[in-house]
Amino acid sequence: MNRYLLFLFALLLGGPAFSQKFFTQDAKVKFLSETPIEKIDATNNSGTIVLDPAAGRVECKVLIKNFLFEKALMQEHFNENYMESTTYPNATFKGNVTNPGEVSFTKDGTYTAKLSGTMSMHGVEKPADIVGKITVKNGVISVHSDFAVAPADYNIPIPSVVTDKIAKSVKVTVDGTLKPMNK
Amino acid sequence: MRLSLTLSFFLLAVALSAQDEPDLLSLVEEKPETEYTTASFKSTKVVNGQSVENLAAGVLDFRIAHRFGTLNEGLYDMFGLDAATTRLSLDYGVTNRLQVGIGRSTYQKTVDGNLKYKILSQSSGQKNMPVTLSYYTDMQINTLKWSDPERENLASSRYAFTHQLLLARKFNESLTFQFMPTLVHRNLVPSEEDKNDVFALGFAGRVKLTKRVAITAEYYYVLPDQIVSRPYANSLAIGFDIETGGHVFQLHFTNAQAMTYNGVICDTPLDWFYEGEDGNTMTGIRFGFNLSRVFTIVKPKGYTEF
Repeated sequence: MNRYLLFLFALLLGGPAFSQKFFTQDAKVKFLSETPIEKIDATNNSGTIVLDPAAGRVECKVLIKNFLFEKALMQEHFNENYMESTTYPNATFKGNVTNPGEVSFTKDGTYTAKLSGTMSMHGVEKPADIVGKITVKNGVISVHSDFAVAPADYNIPIPSVVTDKIAKSVKVTVDGTLKPMNK
Repeated sequence: MRLSLTLSFFLLAVALSAQDEPDLLSLVEEKPETEYTTASFKSTKVVNGQSVENLAAGVLDFRIAHRFGTLNEGLYDMFGLDAATTRLSLDYGVTNRLQVGIGRSTYQKTVDGNLKYKILSQSSGQKNMPVTLSYYTDMQINTLKWSDPERENLASSRYAFTHQLLLARKFNESLTFQFMPTLVHRNLVPSEEDKNDVFALGFAGRVKLTKRVAITAEYYYVLPDQIVSRPYANSLAIGFDIETGGHVFQLHFTNAQAMTYNGVICDTPLDWFYEGEDGNTMTGIRFGFNLSRVFTIVKPKGYTEF
């Protein structure tokens, strides 16, 4: 009986330690829409990323209103006319690592993680596959990812007068340094 | 018995650990956010008067505004288009709350300097504020040549000042309402019965028709017995705001010819409709437009180029 109990305790105690999560709330999310006529880019310095290495799961969120533009008027139009951020305040990505064998979150090194999951913005959810570079060093996990988003996929209409000014595919980069969560 | 008990514990443990992971994002304590209401109006001006909108820090706004003659003048004057008056202005956002500006109008060759400060911002979330409150003040100087240069003329007699509170609430994405108690002080008035201080109550509203087109209206009610020696009418303006990329076009109909408060509030002689000397209905309606073009002079903090 004692042996079983010990085993059980070990299981219960080991469980939480095993699923230590990592997170950041100041990930840098940037995007760029570039056409021969106009370059539009913005920075968001308060992205949230949560990583559960045991489950190989990643969830990210950005507040649309926190994207900073060079031009204030552009920022207003982005929020008011395109993203409708009062109605749809966030964009999220939730996904799982599909190549867990090639990624270690505990051993120092640089890995390429493939993620498959769901991207959600402007009230539209879409399946999305993205690739991230993971760097593990001294218990800190840095992530970097480049991917592209098509406004049309998320029901963001581009009026005909500005079709030449807004890219069909918008480049996005995400950079974050994740620290262990105290939970 | 012992075995089954152990087994059930074990199964329970497995069942617990196999339970679906909770939403990872919900594990992170959300930073308390205050969401500030933006774009209550499309522009810093409703039509003739101010809106609660300020230019963002580091943004310069160049505006060209025209008011034409009254539509009454008919085809001979191209319904007033031959009689254009102009105001050119530059406004600048010093901070997100403080805006300063200068302007020059055809009306009395007025030069004006102004300042608008946002005291309260409508917001929800951590900080809850139902309205936006701004204070606006200006100084307007009539620079017409002295009608009688031989007489002793005082420069101060050509100054007029405005103090105004702007109280606005954006009720939803489409509807904004604004209330503007306004005081115009004129250093010199036409007669002794006329008051130097003229109080007016302003009301304005905005309804968005589409994402890029809105209908606006603005009315200044002048409290009675202040302007006595000359005919005056309360100014009413109804217009459309149309935005295209970097420009905002404001097209409107108004009975005010001036574009600064001294003229709009104290010197708008004709109503939208009135009975002429011959008994026919006349109109003081004029067509006009404001064109705004913004330039970013100082890039916002936190923005880094892609």
